[in-house]
Amino acid sequence: MKKSPNKLESMGLTVNKRSTLKTLMSQWQLMLMSIPVLLYVLVFNYGPLFGWSYAFYDYNNGLGAKAKHPWIGWESFEFLFGRKGKDFIRSLRNTLGMSVINLVLGTVSAILLAILLNEVRNRKFKRTVQTVTYLPHFLSMVIVVSMAQNIFASDGPINQLLLGLGMAKEPIPFLSDGRYFWGMTGVINVWKEVGWNTIIYISAMTSIDPSLYEAAAIDGAGRFQRILHVTLPGIKSTFVILLIMNIGHLLEAGFEIQYLLGYGVVQDWSETIDVFSFRYAFKNDMYSVATASSMFKSVVGIILLVGANLIAKKLDEDTLL
Amino acid sequence: MRASKKQSAATLNIPADAIIVPKKRQDVVFPIVNAIILIILMAITLYPVINTVAYSFSDDIDALRGGITVYPRVFSLHSYDKLINDSQLYRAFLVTASKTIIITVLNLVLTSMLAFALSRKEYPLRKPITIILVLTMYFNAGIIPTFLWVGKKLGLMNVYWVYIIPCMFSCFNMIVLRTYIAGLPEALVESARIDGASDFRTFWQIIFPLCTPVLATVALFVAVGSWNSWFETKLYIQKGKNLKALQTLQYYLQSQLQTAGNSGSNAAGATADAMKNKDAVTSTVAFRSAVTVVSSIPILVVYPFLQKYFVTGMVLGSVKG
Repeated sequence: MKKSPNKLESMGLTVNKRSTLKTLMSQWQLMLMSIPVLLYVLVFNYGPLFGWSYAFYDYNNGLGAKAKHPWIGWESFEFLFGRKGKDFIRSLRNTLGMSVINLVLGTVSAILLAILLNEVRNRKFKRTVQTVTYLPHFLSMVIVVSMAQNIFASDGPINQLLLGLGMAKEPIPFLSDGRYFWGMTGVINVWKEVGWNTIIYISAMTSIDPSLYEAAAIDGAGRFQRILHVTLPGIKSTFVILLIMNIGHLLEAGFEIQYLLGYGVVQDWSETIDVFSFRYAFKNDMYSVATASSMFKSVVGIILLVGANLIAKKLDEDTLL
Repeated sequence: MRASKKQSAATLNIPADAIIVPKKRQDVVFPIVNAIILIILMAITLYPVINTVAYSFSDDIDALRGGITVYPRVFSLHSYDKLINDSQLYRAFLVTASKTIIITVLNLVLTSMLAFALSRKEYPLRKPITIILVLTMYFNAGIIPTFLWVGKKLGLMNVYWVYIIPCMFSCFNMIVLRTYIAGLPEALVESARIDGASDFRTFWQIIFPLCTPVLATVALFVAVGSWNSWFETKLYIQKGKNLKALQTLQYYLQSQLQTAGNSGSNAAGATADAMKNKDAVTSTVAFRSAVTVVSSIPILVVYPFLQKYFVTGMVLGSVKG
């Protein structure tokens, strides 16, 4: 955005002398381009905050149009964290657990794949690998889950492979045993997003000065040493910033996988806060409790995200915002 | 890189062997191992997809036996035949395709106009509007409060427009576009202005055409998001005849999966079901696979051509976002 002083800036100066109202009048076209969207955002992005009020009135017996809904204050929140709220605490645990697994597996796999891709010299091959690994990102979660149901079925290919290799004595119930659920969401998410997640890391790697690699090679560094001492330090700042931003999204463990795969016996380990809210609203008709749980997640989410941003900004003034 | 190494070794008067020999094995072995790993990775990525395609071309009863890998044992177009004659599916396809097109066009126009207005430095409302919009990236009222606001207060229940109205704007895409527009030469806008073009004309005739690469990215993001969504149907469309008329493709697929795929094994349970009643036969593995294939083809055909664009788009958005 650097530009030499020119007509526009001198225009800007004269603009400042006039009253703001007059300036705005002359910019009615810019206003026409931006104000409607602003109003739209106020209605559809800020408006839902109004829905939070449902947490403080008694909507725990359905929404019933004409029934009375007395003020209940913080009762819904007391429900969540009280003795009756075991389900909520469980969903909080599941959310955090799956988040951390996703974060670790997602980051490690993306960096590994980015390094491998970065070492490929043949452009066509590199592009092919990228195109193929981006593919699952474009598939809907419904499709991905249905594929996972085939692949991890008790008579599916993974179990047949494990049985064939003698690594398992009987089929492993990957999708019907709660103990595997967190790991399965991690695996499914990696399969879906690993290629996509490399985009940022690869772009960080291409901005590493090639002379660093040459210098390292002259100093006798092999492939692995070059990766260790040139590539990894080169993506460090990207890594740190993405990590911090992801910590800001710690409560976003997802909804779709958990909703689509989390039936029956695995519910103990699959239900995230979002699924909890959904179930309490539409199955139990307890809208106040459901709203309170959504609200809790939002507020903690904002705190985490703002905190993460402040830290990231402190660490690197230029890279963010 | 090897060449430069040799050269520098020669100029430094060090025997070439001293540097090259110890690394030679690593340098030869690494690319081969790397290529093998990446090929295996591509296979892992593609296997579930090819497997699904194989199932979709399989004979109904044969597919129920399971164990199909990358090709159909008994080839049959039966599933596709059934799919063409499925009026519900046809309807869902129309709903999905139309909403995707409308959302994409509206998004592109609204977002790019807004991005242009917010990239004008002389526009005094630029800062406050940007802040209000960027804040929406930090919070989300949550599933239930949003449902209560959009569905109950604004009354967007059981109507087609609920797919479109709440998703006409995304701040992330606006930032991608604004960053791109801000990077265009300022002289373009100035000279247009000197020639007497209004803000609107400058945008439409000068800036908008120049944004094609980013617009392609944004269009892809928006279209994929819209095409793959199913949850809106679940939230806002109540069961009954509304659902039949307004369900989306992914929702249809999801409901097929929920009815059929909840047993750990896809062969045993489904065969028994298929024997029991005729309805279950319509949602055999083969048929579901065919629906999966058809519903993912439109996007899978398009994205490889946009790869160049969305990579730059992603980088633009995440650096400035």
